[in-house]
Amino acid sequence: MKLYLKIWRQKDASAKGQMVDYTLDGVESDMSFLEMLDILNEELISKGEEPIEFDHDCREGICGTCSLQINGRPHGPDTMITVCQLHMRSFNDGDEIVIEPWRAKAFPVIKDLIVDRTAFDRIQQAGGYISVNTSGRPVDANAIPIEKHIADTAMDAATCIGCGACVAACKNASAMLFTSAKVSQFALLPQGQVEAADRVQNMVRQMDLEGFGNCTNTGACEIECPKGISLENIARMNREYFSASLKG
Amino acid sequence: MSGLIKSSIARKVVMALSGLFLVVFLTQHFVINITSVIDPETFNSWSHFMGYNPLVQFILQPILIAGVIIHFVMGFILEIQNKKARGISYVKYKGSANAPWVSRNMIYSGLVILAFLGLHFYDFWVHEMTYKYVEFLPEDPSRYHEETVEKFAPFWRTIIYMISFVLLSLHLWHGFSSSFQSMGVNNKYSAGIKIFTKLFSVVIPLGYAFIALYHHLNPITH
Amino acid sequence: MGVLDSKIPSGPLADKWTKHKNEIDLVNPANKRNIDIIIVGTGLAGGSAAATLAELGYNVKTFCYQDSPRRAHSIAAQGGVNAAKNYQGDGDSVYRLFYDTVKGGDYRSRESNVYRLAEVSSNIIDQCVAQGVPFAREYGGLLDNRSFGGVLVSRTFYAKGQTGQQLLLGAYGAMNRQIQRGKIKSYTRHEMLDLVLVDGKARGIIARNLVTGEIERHSAHAVVLATGGYGNLFFLSTYAMGANVMAAWRAHRRGAFFANPCFTQIHPTCIPVSGDHQSKLTLMSESLRNDGRIWVPKRKEDAIAIREGKLKPIQLSEEERDYYLERRYPAFGNLVPRDVASRAAKERCDAGFGVNKTGEAVFLDFASAIMRYGKEKALTSGMKDPDNNTIRELGEKIVEAKYGNLFQMYEKIVDANPYKTPMMIYPAVHYTMGGLWVDYNLQTTIPGCYAAGEANFSDHGANRLGASALMQGLADGYFVLPYTIGDYLSDDIRTGAIPTDSPEFDAAEKDVRDRMEKLMSGTGIHSVDYYHKKLGKIMWNKCGMSRNEKDLKEAIKEIAELRKDFWENVKIPGSPDSKNQELEKAGRVADFLELGELFAKDALERKESCGGHFREEYQTPEGEALRDDENFKFVSAWEYKGEPSAAKLHKEDLVYENIKLKTRSYK
Repeated sequence: MKLYLKIWRQKDASAKGQMVDYTLDGVESDMSFLEMLDILNEELISKGEEPIEFDHDCREGICGTCSLQINGRPHGPDTMITVCQLHMRSFNDGDEIVIEPWRAKAFPVIKDLIVDRTAFDRIQQAGGYISVNTSGRPVDANAIPIEKHIADTAMDAATCIGCGACVAACKNASAMLFTSAKVSQFALLPQGQVEAADRVQNMVRQMDLEGFGNCTNTGACEIECPKGISLENIARMNREYFSASLKG
Repeated sequence: MSGLIKSSIARKVVMALSGLFLVVFLTQHFVINITSVIDPETFNSWSHFMGYNPLVQFILQPILIAGVIIHFVMGFILEIQNKKARGISYVKYKGSANAPWVSRNMIYSGLVILAFLGLHFYDFWVHEMTYKYVEFLPEDPSRYHEETVEKFAPFWRTIIYMISFVLLSLHLWHGFSSSFQSMGVNNKYSAGIKIFTKLFSVVIPLGYAFIALYHHLNPITH
Repeated sequence: MGVLDSKIPSGPLADKWTKHKNEIDLVNPANKRNIDIIIVGTGLAGGSAAATLAELGYNVKTFCYQDSPRRAHSIAAQGGVNAAKNYQGDGDSVYRLFYDTVKGGDYRSRESNVYRLAEVSSNIIDQCVAQGVPFAREYGGLLDNRSFGGVLVSRTFYAKGQTGQQLLLGAYGAMNRQIQRGKIKSYTRHEMLDLVLVDGKARGIIARNLVTGEIERHSAHAVVLATGGYGNLFFLSTYAMGANVMAAWRAHRRGAFFANPCFTQIHPTCIPVSGDHQSKLTLMSESLRNDGRIWVPKRKEDAIAIREGKLKPIQLSEEERDYYLERRYPAFGNLVPRDVASRAAKERCDAGFGVNKTGEAVFLDFASAIMRYGKEKALTSGMKDPDNNTIRELGEKIVEAKYGNLFQMYEKIVDANPYKTPMMIYPAVHYTMGGLWVDYNLQTTIPGCYAAGEANFSDHGANRLGASALMQGLADGYFVLPYTIGDYLSDDIRTGAIPTDSPEFDAAEKDVRDRMEKLMSGTGIHSVDYYHKKLGKIMWNKCGMSRNEKDLKEAIKEIAELRKDFWENVKIPGSPDSKNQELEKAGRVADFLELGELFAKDALERKESCGGHFREEYQTPEGEALRDDENFKFVSAWEYKGEPSAAKLHKEDLVYENIKLKTRSYK
């Protein structure tokens, strides 16, 4: 198939970017979206032009590196997958495809389609862990029985891959789904409850400092999340935050 | 206020609580209004009570006005911050793919409602204030029904009211159920709450629209 | 023993580690504050080591090429992590885990290291649960286990199909805690380009900031390489696109011996290659072999008909199918170790029984598991005489609960529903058992340079068992390295900060800059990927699942030629002074082009078949691997001497005092 691509090009963080048009022929339906970009890049290199830089690594939907806004949606038209799992069979011959980087003040563009997501790391550093020493001698793993459905719910929250699609999709560029996933995982587990109050306050504070927007409950994040992280987590975080604030 | 503006979650909660407060007010207001259709006598006596009871006038009314102001000022603050959080906007953004129109356009439905409030205040509240505190006219427990019906005589006003009620409905459609999520209610009752809020957001505005239309179609003839 | 001193403590096997920990030198807490450690790579091994070392009081700097430590490729491990907890009461023990691992590795690993691994394995689970890793649980609230290939007990702990991710996020959390305390400085989007030696000791690295292109100098008292494996040598593999051997290879060029480079694991259950455009292969977890049965048609005509799309696999009756693993290995059946399963698939496909367009795929079928689970569920929910459709529906639900995300992933990639038609799978490069040679302390042959996790060679011999990579990464990082490194650093308490303006740093930086300049000066027309793909083809065809002398010799020649062509001609647009993904790739491929040759050389020298290394000349009449303990019971450790062809072989003899060497049999 033949595709008409409109792709954001930006030399570096301080440069002014613009959309550039490319036409790509010979795309096959069983290629992945990123393999389609690989082919475009090979063409550009052979013409002596700089290839389009985009983030990607595992190419199996788990590392959370790939991050493209495709035709106005994070990770493209399909749901429950990342860009690297998106295949060209989701497109038709002659389609125009608009490819942009995630847009958020807290995710500045580094080059072309690559954005800086270290804001997410800083949110995690503010409290996304349980403070136990790794070199210590903790109690036997089975000494802390955890109800299966609680463990499963915690696991569902923990599957967040930190890709940033929630922020990219949200009209407010809010990072609530990301932050709440971690808060929830630990708020649910008995091991995490000791620090729960501090954790939620510190993580929310950092999230706000990074300049993410406010949640207005549109639910776009949940729809676009490649791991299907539920809005329930946001409600849980609101609750946790509220009760933590009351405790002072 | 500054403390509340500091945390994004607190801002949400303020939005939710002030919204819920306004929903309560909306219900109470509706209950009184509907009597204007059912029984003008009751309407007159309740309106008179609301207009002259010092508790309502000097405690509840300021609280209500504060609630309205907090809700829309916070709405503006959120909107400005949220716009800023995006930074550069997308060339193509397909919001319809992942969120309903109402949830993405609360600011617009809100603005229309705010504008309507302006008109509504001018129509009723300013009139009341002038009557009571500027012109110092004597108490008249029987005037309310007639005054109300007269307001809806002009076609244009009725239409504006009706359009506003449609937007109120849209605003409530997202806002009412959303306020529970903001306050952290997401449990086994959520499905029920959702149904209730959606019903409310259709029925109440529809009721208001009905009242306006009813009075427009049934003018008082002397 | 020559230059290789493995420093294995004396005494009985079970006491070695405790004794060693008691005897090695320690650094007192006040002095730890004056000691810097660089850790390259932030996967399970690097991340956990960084967290623990920082917690002990050392100043740690971590480096990763990803944009966050959380994205290291440990995250992609699906199946689980082994530990000798014996929670299932099925007779598991430290010894059994040790024995299984040594046997699974086809008796080419070091007894003492493997025993230590088995010994600390249960600490890993305790540790991770304390950190909030949400392992799967039973209804009683206790931890659940599943079984994996090559063993007869259930000792694998798992978190859905995302165990690696959850363990890595645990380590990342532990790192974050130390970053917050200021004890770890994390450098992301940074790549190590060289190791700096001062007076023969590893004292720092040269790194490139991948965002700005800046070349940076970082010094430390010790350098830990936890940079994973080198499977991307094959171009197509289940590795992350960025995974590379650069750090390990740069260390090798500076004097660290490279051990057993030819020991590569080809994983049996991956999604087959679909075309030339393919950039990456996707693994389907080994846990699928718990319930999936592997087969090809019995008759070649059926295989051909399936290939041509004229016949559907579900149309074949049980009698027309060849469940070749169950046929050949009745004791272990579909759960034979990976090397055995992979070779068996290749054998069937080479014989003409492959089932996809390219003839390089076999079926992995869940139909019988679905029916079995369905029946069970129907019984337990009190249904009487349910029909087949009801049973199938119930069974599909159970299978979905167990493997739902894997099935979904398969469907997204292949566009076929694995609940209704069997999956197609084929082996792919997945892990490298070889790596930097390390002693019992995980120190390479360069003093002060350590290697942990997949980057070292130590624990898996010639084949790794499923769910053991996560175990080894965390064992090295949380429980081994933090102790053993103290023994070395105890001499450094008075050294003070290492300056970065020394002639050694100058020289290393110059080397790096010269090399980049040379890479950028290529005058040809082909991109880096062109060379990488060519290298991959040579490796897969001639150094892949089975090897022979002729092919290996050809491979050596072809790789050397390709390398020469690459250095003269590779085309890299852009500039070295800014973000440049092509330049990053070029540096990595340049090293693969050297390692590839050493790989082939190592495979050529090892004139036996063992584990993942199968030499066609050395097999039993039934086609099983024929090991030669008399002549090859050693670790090959290669010393860098310029060109790979000049590399010098050192042998570390493997001593088995506690396990009797036997022919590995899974029949």
